[in-house]
Amino acid sequence: MPEPIIQIRNVTKRFGKVAAVDDVSLDILAGEFFVLLGPSGCGKTTLLRMIAGFELPTTGQILIDGQDMAGIPPNRRPVNMVFQSYAVFPHMSVADNVGYGLKIAGVGRAERDERVREALQLVSLAGFEDRKPDQMSGGQRQRVALARSLVMRPKVLLLDEPLSALDAKLRSQMQLELAELQDEVGITFVTVTHDQDEALSMACRIAVMNKGEVAQLATPSDLYEFPANRFVADFVGSVNIFEGKLTLDEADRAAVDCPGLGKVYLNHGVTGPHGADVWVALRPEKIYLHVPGEGKAIRAAAQDAPEDHNLARGVIKGMSYLGDITLYEIKLESGAMIRVSRPNLSRRDQEDFTWDDKVSMHWRADSPVVLLG
Amino acid sequence: MALQDWRLHKRPFAAIAGAPILWLVLFFVVPMGIVWLYSFGQNVGPADIAITGTLDNYKRATEWLYLSIFFKSLAVAALVTLICLVVGFPVAMAITFASEKWRPWLLLGIMLPFWTNLLVRTYALMTVMGGNGYANRGLGALWNGASWLKTLVGLQPLEAWTPVQLLYNNFAVVVGLVYVHLPFMVLPLYSALDRLDRSLIEASLDLGAGHLRTLTRIVMPLAAPGIAAGVMITLIPALGAYLTPDLMGGTDSQMIANVIERQFKRANDWPFGAALSFLLIYAMFILVALQSLRSGRTAKEAR
Repeated sequence: MPEPIIQIRNVTKRFGKVAAVDDVSLDILAGEFFVLLGPSGCGKTTLLRMIAGFELPTTGQILIDGQDMAGIPPNRRPVNMVFQSYAVFPHMSVADNVGYGLKIAGVGRAERDERVREALQLVSLAGFEDRKPDQMSGGQRQRVALARSLVMRPKVLLLDEPLSALDAKLRSQMQLELAELQDEVGITFVTVTHDQDEALSMACRIAVMNKGEVAQLATPSDLYEFPANRFVADFVGSVNIFEGKLTLDEADRAAVDCPGLGKVYLNHGVTGPHGADVWVALRPEKIYLHVPGEGKAIRAAAQDAPEDHNLARGVIKGMSYLGDITLYEIKLESGAMIRVSRPNLSRRDQEDFTWDDKVSMHWRADSPVVLLG
Repeated sequence: MALQDWRLHKRPFAAIAGAPILWLVLFFVVPMGIVWLYSFGQNVGPADIAITGTLDNYKRATEWLYLSIFFKSLAVAALVTLICLVVGFPVAMAITFASEKWRPWLLLGIMLPFWTNLLVRTYALMTVMGGNGYANRGLGALWNGASWLKTLVGLQPLEAWTPVQLLYNNFAVVVGLVYVHLPFMVLPLYSALDRLDRSLIEASLDLGAGHLRTLTRIVMPLAAPGIAAGVMITLIPALGAYLTPDLMGGTDSQMIANVIERQFKRANDWPFGAALSFLLIYAMFILVALQSLRSGRTAKEAR
């Protein structure tokens, strides 16, 4: 287990009466790509700005590399930040921007030029030294901001919504590049984002924040497949959530009776109190769609659940063709709506079902997640 | 409607701009033209001026006697502008970084003096700076206090307090002009600083620069257009200042505007006064031209 480079201990930040960050404790490990994910106003940016030193915690402690940061101003912290607006100095050339921190630190001209050149090469901006920021695109300006921070060789690089100003295509390209870059330089990255795709694709670990608290801290796949609560299940990815009662809970199986969905069977225990009110979360891509009657037979053949479990029937009320998948909105017999996605494995798959078709659905016993909160 | 291009919309443009343009022509361009013509004329009677096209007035106006007053005015105006900049910049910074709640009140405070007539303000300042004014009384109280302290430790008391001559000298003129022109400096500075992206300042701090270096390398260069604007709209009226040196200055602190006034009134030499006026206008013209040349160049660089 690598050492934590940043330790956040019981940090609370209040603005007036509102707690923007509420008693958060977490460790960020050296060399990892850490993402703070959450909706706007959840406190993720405030937390990042407290690490950078632009905000001071009301209570609690932040340690960077074992050193307490209380009373240490931003310019003396071993971290650098890439701002949401990039904050590239408009009156300086690219080389002067990237060399700014080195010049302040008193690095000599020759070494400075060399390091600026290296940093620009790293972000594929070699040859742009003499450009002015207003002659560059948003993506290029962001690379300048990145190079300007990386050239300082910080222990931790903080990124505030680094890709939010880029268009979708460039964003997904930069997601990959950022992850590769992080791998290459080996610096700990802490990124703030509200975009779950961005978080899932780049992060080693993600802390999902809600109302100033950490709702769950996990790897991307754990977050998606094993959400700890309804907020995380709903915020990360798309999900169907049904309320129900826990009717069976043993070491290797469990069952929930959901008035909206029907009987749900799981092939593992959930360690919840018997008869408790729980929620079942089921991802749209984990539901199989069939013509009526066929589902029952397939479900029975799988033999992973008792009869009449993990089955549902409904009518297609909405359909969105998205190219790689088709998304169906289905009205269940109970009247509740459920979302099902279906991969278009062949070029005519989207024609199999259409509006007002009666369909049946089934899912595997390891697909639903039972949430206690 | 694309009113930006008035050539495409001549009629609506004329309807909107006609009245003010007429006003400007009637009450600014025409009188200025008349004065300009006078500067090439000569007195032929107590109230008659013949426009003869002579350059004698300009020749006299560029004599050292008048040029020295002109240069002195320029020096005073430059000093006033510099003091306004040094005092005004921190004030503008303070307003920019004040909380949302405070900012309108602070701006109001800057503009409050405009609610009072310049003459009233000048007299108010004179009562403060007079021989028996508040400034002198305050200084006197301090002096007497120090004297009393000396007797307390057994030393000889200080001599009796004699009021300091604060008024009717060059010092008074500079103080008065700074007092009057400070808002003109603060407002453009504030508008430039307010436009500054805060994250640029944070980025500078983040990259290791202290507050002082952030100020000199990031804030001041980016506020340069505001500084230039503030300097211009302080320097030009200060150069033409008339009331303040007249009321607060001594015999040696007259500025060029006071000399011009004397030509039109007591000396009754309108042609010479006109020539002096236009000398001042030409100088200001050059200043403005230099400034717009400079901003034009930076605009081109930016593009």
